[in-house]
Amino acid sequence: MIGHPKEVVTHALVRSVHIGGTKGALITLDNGFDHTKPTSFGPAGLRELDAAITEATAQEPAFIAITGKPFIFCVGADITGIPYLTTREQAVELGELGHRVFARLRDSTIPTFAFINGAALGGGLEVALHCHFRTLSGGAAALGLPEVAIGLVPGWGGTQLLPNLIGIPGAAQVILQNPLTQKTLRPKQAFELGIADALFEPADFLERSLEWAAGVVSGNIGISRAEVDREMWDGVLFFAKQQLDERLHGAVPSANKALELLALAKDASFADGTAAETQGLADLLMGDESRASLYAFDLVQRRAKRPVGVPDKALARPVTKVGVVGAGLMASQLALLFVRRLQVPVVLTDLDQSRVDKGVAYVRGEIDKLVSKGRLDAGNAAKLRGLISGSVDKSVFSNADFVIEAVFEDLEVKKQVWSELEKIVEPSAILATNTSSLSVTAMAADLEHPSRVVGFHFFNPVAVLPLLEVVRGSQTDDVALATAFAVAKELRKSAVLVKDAPAFVVNRLLTRFSTEIFRAIDAGTDMATADSALDDLGLPMRPMALTQLVGPAIGLHVGETLHRAFPSRFLVATSLQAIVDSGQPIMVDDELNPDVVKLVAGGPAPLAADDVRRRALEAVAEEIRIMLDEGVVAEAQDIDLCLILGAGWPFHLGGITPYLDRSGISERVTGKRFLPAGLANAPA
Amino acid sequence: MPHVREVVFVDGVRTPFGKAGGMYAETRADDLVIRCIRELMRRNPQLPPERVEEVAVAATTQIGDQGLTIGRTAALLSGLPKTVPGYAIDRMCAGAMTAVTTLAGGIAMGAYDVAIAGGVEHMGRHPMGEGVDPNPRILAEKLVDPSALVMGSTAENLHDRLPEVTKERADRYGLNSQLKTAKAYANGRLQPDMVPVAIRSAEQGWGLATADEAPRETSMEKLATLKTPFRPHGRVTAGNSAGLNDGATAALLADEETARALGLPVAMRMVSYGFVGVEPEVMGYGPIPSTEKALAKAGLSIEDIGLFELNEAFAVQVLAFLDHYGIADDDPRVNPWGGAIAIGHPLASSGIRLMTQLARHFAEHPEVRYGLTAMCIGIGMGGTVIWENANWEGGAK
Repeated sequence: MIGHPKEVVTHALVRSVHIGGTKGALITLDNGFDHTKPTSFGPAGLRELDAAITEATAQEPAFIAITGKPFIFCVGADITGIPYLTTREQAVELGELGHRVFARLRDSTIPTFAFINGAALGGGLEVALHCHFRTLSGGAAALGLPEVAIGLVPGWGGTQLLPNLIGIPGAAQVILQNPLTQKTLRPKQAFELGIADALFEPADFLERSLEWAAGVVSGNIGISRAEVDREMWDGVLFFAKQQLDERLHGAVPSANKALELLALAKDASFADGTAAETQGLADLLMGDESRASLYAFDLVQRRAKRPVGVPDKALARPVTKVGVVGAGLMASQLALLFVRRLQVPVVLTDLDQSRVDKGVAYVRGEIDKLVSKGRLDAGNAAKLRGLISGSVDKSVFSNADFVIEAVFEDLEVKKQVWSELEKIVEPSAILATNTSSLSVTAMAADLEHPSRVVGFHFFNPVAVLPLLEVVRGSQTDDVALATAFAVAKELRKSAVLVKDAPAFVVNRLLTRFSTEIFRAIDAGTDMATADSALDDLGLPMRPMALTQLVGPAIGLHVGETLHRAFPSRFLVATSLQAIVDSGQPIMVDDELNPDVVKLVAGGPAPLAADDVRRRALEAVAEEIRIMLDEGVVAEAQDIDLCLILGAGWPFHLGGITPYLDRSGISERVTGKRFLPAGLANAPA
Repeated sequence: MPHVREVVFVDGVRTPFGKAGGMYAETRADDLVIRCIRELMRRNPQLPPERVEEVAVAATTQIGDQGLTIGRTAALLSGLPKTVPGYAIDRMCAGAMTAVTTLAGGIAMGAYDVAIAGGVEHMGRHPMGEGVDPNPRILAEKLVDPSALVMGSTAENLHDRLPEVTKERADRYGLNSQLKTAKAYANGRLQPDMVPVAIRSAEQGWGLATADEAPRETSMEKLATLKTPFRPHGRVTAGNSAGLNDGATAALLADEETARALGLPVAMRMVSYGFVGVEPEVMGYGPIPSTEKALAKAGLSIEDIGLFELNEAFAVQVLAFLDHYGIADDDPRVNPWGGAIAIGHPLASSGIRLMTQLARHFAEHPEVRYGLTAMCIGIGMGGTVIWENANWEGGAK
């Protein structure tokens, strides 16, 4: 019998309820903790639900209903138990156990109801889908079947029940599209899709649900559901597959498996469909992609929230006013973020009044946009507008606790900024630099108090990308570091502690990676071949599109910086230089610019796509090993976290080191793995 | 009373009343009164929520989930528009009654047309006397007998002064209250006023409260064996007094013209009210002078009153009232469906329960023109509200 030694068991508590003359049996799913530890299903929890259904049935009620503890219905399978599944048989058993228990609600001759009072994800939504009827609270935090995002498929009936309840377009959205874009449904959307039969306000959700259930079983309330259109089934899935292939190039096995199961749901019997689900789930559970995804999920959920190597947060200084040096686009974006999240005065400075005015106008304009989108109310907008200001006179920084610079990326310019500022600000003020590649240590070298300078490297677009590289210079002290991490948290960014090394983590690795692609082009490889050589990894963007997004000139600049630091590994590609010199865009209408393709064509020794791929990945592996040896970050996990949050590298690669390990590249290039076997890959 | 406008009682509801430490042990007090307000709005869909212009909610212990200006917070949490104001009110056991009379004053003078009165007491979460800090002068200057702060002792004091009210009479009154309540339950009389409440227990999961927890089967023999916790060999027991309870009530009040224009049902019309202070150590005597006052204001005499809803804090206090007016202990006009001894008395909420039940009796008794709700109040007070049956047939004849 499968088990999970550390399972937080979800209890299924049965209680008899009377509504008028109707007797019901109400099952509450509750793991005994508050909503910060959501309810999930492990093997013991499933067995408790099984027993609860038996108990409820024995009461001979007019209906059986399931609901959750406050704010949480159930958030699905307990994924912390997955590492304990070491054989495929165990994975099959887990699938079958859920199917067998949940099926009792579907097969029950007593009408069954789910009262979805709060968050319902994965197996939580699946147990609800097995019930004959569903009510939904307008206060439920999130609804969805996110399994595909972590390398799995809904494996307890979701792929078979959902499309047959709400139709294939909605099911494809919930099972494929939403997980791959990290989206869940809000209650109103779920209700409109047909997932629930009734939507009630949270204030008296359970009372209304019970009354409604009594009305349904007495026949006083009729249920009308839209008929599922079977004609469009194949067409919708064909289109969905096309979209997936375009984005992921088949790199995500869970998405492909989900597509197969959704196709099966059109005609297969429920028994056949769920049997296929069990097999599919077992395959995925025993596959490397799901284990890497779970590893990545854990990094994002846990490590990102408790960064490694950070000094005691009690050392952090309170930040009551922020200064931003520069009023260009980056500086203005930073000012907007600081004022929104910290809600303290933020003051921008620049060399002339028109730039300052433009920066302040940008922030105010973005605040107006937030209001018009309904994401900010008038009162808070007024508060934020009042907090942002600008000046050409840097003396406005005299009482700022935290000053960040986003001026031209040149060491001398930045040094000059700091030395000028040091005469104005208090000795305790923290000075942060948003440099992407310059040395924080060098920048601070000539200051009277160099210990307060810290790197604070955002990723563009600042409002979207969650990563922040916090850079410790050789003299940065714990107070500056603790303050930087405290501010990062308030900004709702995931901060990773990074040593002061050229281009830090993300830019260094992406540059090493793209350098190999450009070198292949230099060698004569067709640009399209080189660009698509790594499609099977399912990266969010191809290298040329990414270079275009960053700006070829900036890419070249970072490349040159790294070349100076590590001349043997970072070569300046002649093709990239040529592109920058030509001033032409690499991409036109999302396609490679034919003029640029021609411009860089020709070379002595074109490579096959496989060789391009191999060289790029080997380069990345080599660079990561060097970075770890240099102590740029504490562990390989931080590299992966940076790539996931700062570059959008996918969960199924686990960032990148799980992939490099499982494909044997790490050992071939560096002689050893990055992560211990089993941590982010399937058991052998 | 000189009326500017007629004030009517439209509708009233309550939660089932629980025993302290019982079914509501893990349910918040504010959630109880919010349920009542939402149910009132749901039962009267013809009332646009923005027409509610005031929400007064009573609680004796106004801290924690009974604090934070509970009338305002309960209005917000009930989903009433943010434009609807609210306030908290306290007159101990007569909190909800005072919410009604206070709002009635505002309606009568035209300050607003429609208002919600409510009361809540979660005696499990907020035991009587929680956080009190009596002024030392009360003892030093002998302003009040020390026994005045213990309600059960005031009931014993009342027995002392009224030797004709024996323990046996009090027990019989208590038994009768239980029997009347049991019968009313069996006939489905009490249930329509009640709002089912979802109740959570960490141990048992979610359940639904649909009936009062306090009523019990008993007998004179059993009652005779109960302890007298307030005095050795005393007379006041758990069997002839109300227990410690959790519950909430709410009522919809309106200017009569507005109610009719909106198509709201009119159950009864406020005639007069009176609150009077008495010696705190015999608090239970309070309803007698308050009734005298209300009758005088109305120009009525006790013979005009056809139905009584008297709060049964203690049997002795009801019997004192009945003896004063020469009404028999088992007069069918008095508490026809039993009272607080059986149903429970969550302090500040009870006044509206009396009114809601009186409104129900009025509907069943169109031959009765006037009815009265009265209760004794801590620190020596009584409160009485006299109502006119809107269904009274005599007027048409």
